[in-house]
Amino acid sequence: MKIEDEKSFDELGDKEYKYGFVTDIESDSLPPGLNEDIVRAISKRKDEPEWLTDWRVKAYHHWTTLEEPTWAKVEFPPIDYQALSYYSAPKQKIDAPKSLDEIDPELLETYKKLGIPLHEQEVFAGVVAVDAVFDSVSVATTFKGKLEEMGIIFGSFSDAVKEHPELVKKYLGSVVPYKDNYYATLNSAVFSDGSFCYVPPGVRCPMELSTYFRINAANTGQFERTLLIADEGAYVSYLEGCTAPQRDENQLHAAVVELVAHKDAQIKYSTVQNWYPGDKDGKGGIYNFVTKRGHCRGDNSKISWTQVETGSAITWKYPSCILKGDNSVGEFYSVAVTNNMQQADTGTKMIHIGKNTSSTIISKGISAGKAQNSYRGMVKVVETAENARNFSQCDSMLIGDQCGAHTFPYIDVSNPTAQVEHEATTTKIGEDQIFYCNQRGLDTEEAVTMIVNGFCKEVFRELPMEFAVEAQKLLGISLEGSVG
Amino acid sequence: MALLEIKDLHASVADKPILKGINLTIKPGEVHALMGPNGSGKSTLSNVLAGNEAYVKTRGQVLFNGVDIDDLAAHERACAGMFLAFQYPVEIAGISNMYFLKAAVNAVRKYQGRDQLDAMDFLDLIEEKKKVVTIRDDLLERAVNSGFSGGEKKRNEIFQMAMLEPKLGILDETDSGLDIDALRVVADGVNALRNEERGFLVITHYQRLLDYIVPDHVHVLVDGQIVKSGGKELALELEDEGYTSWDSE
Ligand SMILES: Nc1ncnc2c1ncn2[C@@H]1O[C@H](COP(=O)(O)OP(=O)(O)OP(=O)(O)O)[C@@H](O)[C@H]1O
Ligand SMILES: [Mg+2]
Repeated sequence: MKIEDEKSFDELGDKEYKYGFVTDIESDSLPPGLNEDIVRAISKRKDEPEWLTDWRVKAYHHWTTLEEPTWAKVEFPPIDYQALSYYSAPKQKIDAPKSLDEIDPELLETYKKLGIPLHEQEVFAGVVAVDAVFDSVSVATTFKGKLEEMGIIFGSFSDAVKEHPELVKKYLGSVVPYKDNYYATLNSAVFSDGSFCYVPPGVRCPMELSTYFRINAANTGQFERTLLIADEGAYVSYLEGCTAPQRDENQLHAAVVELVAHKDAQIKYSTVQNWYPGDKDGKGGIYNFVTKRGHCRGDNSKISWTQVETGSAITWKYPSCILKGDNSVGEFYSVAVTNNMQQADTGTKMIHIGKNTSSTIISKGISAGKAQNSYRGMVKVVETAENARNFSQCDSMLIGDQCGAHTFPYIDVSNPTAQVEHEATTTKIGEDQIFYCNQRGLDTEEAVTMIVNGFCKEVFRELPMEFAVEAQKLLGISLEGSVG
Repeated sequence: MALLEIKDLHASVADKPILKGINLTIKPGEVHALMGPNGSGKSTLSNVLAGNEAYVKTRGQVLFNGVDIDDLAAHERACAGMFLAFQYPVEIAGISNMYFLKAAVNAVRKYQGRDQLDAMDFLDLIEEKKKVVTIRDDLLERAVNSGFSGGEKKRNEIFQMAMLEPKLGILDETDSGLDIDALRVVADGVNALRNEERGFLVITHYQRLLDYIVPDHVHVLVDGQIVKSGGKELALELEDEGYTSWDSE
């Protein structure tokens, strides 16, 4: 893994690949397949400036030289990248269901259990477009107005490209360069949209960002790109995703999230990921191959990742922190649940560069059914990182005896003053624990939810309150039917 | 109607027959003591009654409040008013005792068609029950049984019983491992819960407990069968003579 800084932008100057523009872009979706014309067409549709088009094209050409990574402990049939469609208007699709009657009753049952209002259910199920049901536009504008007064920029990535091109240009790819890895490179070429946020120096963002955008999040598409910048002394807490299981025809999701924390700044990034996991036999389901990285660029900066992963057929995800500033802090709190045929290979990388940098990793993996759950974490302390500290704790819980949990810690220390601690445990959910709960009146599903929630407590308490409550419910639903 | 009626009960653990024809009837308001040597099947009986699936009933019938327990899952038996104070209470990390108790109380209330208790009502109930079974606040705040001493676990079981107000309380060696003060607290708690309707099955090895919780009936279980039943004086006899007279059988 290369750690590049703003440097990667210098390369944007040379425009070695210049091809003519051919594809007709009248239709609502582009034809399947990936080539330079498609990449240019995506950029043109979004009315992007030339530098961004060129960046995408360079990413595309680089991507053609790469091979899909195979080191993760996940198995899936090869993806035919030429059969995928890389752009479709974010509006309603023609073949979308016409009413909730056409939706899988199991999915509706889950919405009910999560207490999601009917009009929101329709959005998640894809029955109606966001703006048709929910007055999100006005909510968004009042909210946006309040933030604007404080100088906070928050909105879609596309809008940011138009309204604040200098910021996007300065930071895009500065944490995850377009050459970073196969999926990030693909994303750089074809990304659809995502969120952008900039918090100016000294400003503390007064609300959890994206709470008001729960519904909009359902439409972000398959190649999402998010960029969050906290300038000197700024603070922001960002919530991504939502607890409602989302129906999506796109099987491959390859998002990129870049976070930049300047001097004394703090970013808290929380995710609940609940994409469709596929049926009990593993059919369907999203492949979620995400690159998330935060750069503690300034001294005393801090980035925390908290994630609850219950969805997707395959999850490949390692939110990381590059601790460049002196005294900077990186944190990773994760719950990954896999049931039935789900596979998750997730973890983090903490890269200590600055002096007195510290990182904490708390990972809780839960496997049920025939699922496989792997933790893969890297702690790297380079020569310059005097007095670096890391504490890692990876706990796995098994439900039943057909599932698996695996831990792959990589520790690479080049400075003798470093202190790195790693603890790992594996427990089986006990029949005796379940019986004890049963004997106090709780049914087996309630019992499993309770025991698992107890197991995940250290992570849940890092989540914003309302998110934590939803995440707990979600955990119960994800594990339904896994015992007894 | 009897509270609990056990007729010719046979049960196995891991395919090994343990209970070999038990007959026992507990009427509302009665306290029955069950004594017997190690491995005779006392805990097996309590597990079969409470519905632990590791214990398989192979013959006979058990009626709880007139309902065949085969028709009730373990949690339904609990909700219907059967409480087992475990010989070895189980730890649950990360879940506070309070939270656990609230979930339990509300699960039982829901089953019985009663209102759910909100946080305030629940705290009131806790305070009320602390008068019946004293328990330190930190034990209520800590994770269920996690790092509790043996005696603290047993006290916690009886506190839970007080909170859940069952119809039948089965105490499996609750006195083992208790110091003399804790034994008093537990016994006083049980006595405070004794009333016209509630019944108890108290499993113990020691006459000492029965000085505090005076039983109406005492039964001796040997090798999966009740070999003798009598009044409270039977426990005294056992204290003197032990179980040797049944050894030859
Ligand atoms: N899960 C199990 N697997 C195998 N054997 C078991 C199991 N549980 C109980 N047994 C066996 O069943 C027999 C009865 O055990 P039980 O626990 O009912 O005895 P007990 O009367 O409660 O004894 P104690 O006074 O020591 O508590 C013992 O021989 C025990 O080894
Ligand atoms: Mg026993």
